[in-house]
Amino acid sequence: MRSRFNNPVLQKEFKLRFRSIKSFLGIFFYLLILGTLALVFIHVSSEAQHHLYFRPEVSRGMFSFLSIIQLLMLLFITPGLTAGVISGERERQTLNILLTTTVSSFSIITGKMVSAISYLLLLLVASLPLYSFVFLFGGVAPGEVVLVFLIYVTTIFSIGSVGVLVSTLIRKTIASVITSYAITLFLTIGTIIIFFISMGTGLFHPSSNHALPYIVASFNPIIALYSILESDFLFYAGTNSWFNFPIWIPFLCIYLFILIVNTAVSTWKLRRGK
Amino acid sequence: MIEINQLTKKYGNFTALDSLTLSIEKGTVFGFVGQNGAGKTTTFSILATLLAPTSGDAIINGYSVVRDAKKVRQCIGYMPDFFGVYDQLKAREYLDFYGASYGIPVREREKLIPQLLELVRLSDKIDTYVDSLSRGMKQRLCLARSLIHDPEVLILDEPASGLDPRARIEMKEIIKELKSFGKTILISSHILPELAEMCDEICIIDHGKLVARDTVYQIHHHFKKERTIVVKVKDGMEQAIRYFEDDPNVKNMKRMEEKNSFSFTYHGETDEQIELIRKAMVANLPILSFQEIETNVEDVFLEIMREVEENEEPLQ
Repeated sequence: MRSRFNNPVLQKEFKLRFRSIKSFLGIFFYLLILGTLALVFIHVSSEAQHHLYFRPEVSRGMFSFLSIIQLLMLLFITPGLTAGVISGERERQTLNILLTTTVSSFSIITGKMVSAISYLLLLLVASLPLYSFVFLFGGVAPGEVVLVFLIYVTTIFSIGSVGVLVSTLIRKTIASVITSYAITLFLTIGTIIIFFISMGTGLFHPSSNHALPYIVASFNPIIALYSILESDFLFYAGTNSWFNFPIWIPFLCIYLFILIVNTAVSTWKLRRGK
Repeated sequence: MIEINQLTKKYGNFTALDSLTLSIEKGTVFGFVGQNGAGKTTTFSILATLLAPTSGDAIINGYSVVRDAKKVRQCIGYMPDFFGVYDQLKAREYLDFYGASYGIPVREREKLIPQLLELVRLSDKIDTYVDSLSRGMKQRLCLARSLIHDPEVLILDEPASGLDPRARIEMKEIIKELKSFGKTILISSHILPELAEMCDEICIIDHGKLVARDTVYQIHHHFKKERTIVVKVKDGMEQAIRYFEDDPNVKNMKRMEEKNSFSFTYHGETDEQIELIRKAMVANLPILSFQEIETNVEDVFLEIMREVEENEEPLQ
């Protein structure tokens, strides 16, 4: 009997993905960009404060800066990595053969998704030494780092599941990639715009009592991350009378729900494409 | 073994497959013949559980393609007309992946893969990357892939398309070998003479409808109204020619370069042809041989299609 955890699609994807030189170049350039930005931040901070050395109190700022930059990079990479996983198989004319095997639709979808997401997790792990640099100077609690990484993992799984779903529904990879980026852009930039619009004058009157900004903010990974980095952010959002717990909590719930729904729909639609 | 019952597939107003009904016995090599867009690939896609029929059903090995798709997948091996391969996998890894996809244990796969590669004459390519294989080799590798779980039914959609003559012969030989293993094989092809060589039975599909279904020999004789016959006599050729020319079904009498030989086209039924030979024997014509020349199956096919267009009704 086939083991539940033995997913042939995942094993094959790992083999293909990590056999390619592109994957290693990807990690190299990812760390190069992140490292360069960290060094630029240190340099600019030192210059601005007329010190020739990096002061410990600046390390929290660097942590926030690195965290936001890393999230933006992940949001940029994830749709590109996941939006072609099914449509790409279809275009390479390998999907039909795979669908005539007894491997389940769920295994195909999760195998494809987990493989792409594993690469993103590898990027995250590879970036950890940069965070250790922050710890060297203090100012950040380990719990905060754990929460930040929880936001990352949830975001890449959910945005990844959006990519996989779109890739299952749309036959052409290019159209699938564009659609996935459009959805990601809406969830990041679009919800921020709606957030500020919905706040209206509430932004300047913290006592305002409406829930819509809070709900909209709960869909946005950048705001969720910011709510960890700036714990009193909720007060400025002006919604503290409705919900008095941090935005990252509903964010995690909503994104987990998105992941489950997208995976279920992708699995259901995979063999019902025609 | 395979029961296709009123299988219909519609795309909007277009009917790709129109109430196709067929029964195929176990161990038969069954050919599907038809022009592009006739419905062959649609039929195969439904049998391979890739497409859901609009109505009707097909039962393979007792399982419905509509209701028991997973069980059907276990007993079929499918090779599509166009397919891709994972270029960064070696031949061994390629087969191993599909073996794992069918839930075959690792140890069993390790034994099976060399055997399958030997069957398709690719033993020396076991550690070669798939992208460096020729088109013919990829076709054979794909055939090996479709056999990895030892299916009882093989569905091969245009297995020889795009191959050079040598690769076609190799593919044909492998299919004949598979036939000897008792597999039920469904093949579609445009290369009709080759199909005729391989298949026990063929069916002709046009505009999604079954036009004819029989053994290649019977179809040939049923539909080919005009047969070319070569007669060789010991002597007295002129007398023999006059004798045959008297028959109203004989036309296009020609003297051949070979001594004492002539040919003609015969338009009569099989029984009339038997009677013609019997009377020639009674008339004491010194006939050495009376041979019917095999007509190209493609000519038969074209003639059938012409008749279908004229009648617009199935011929059988």
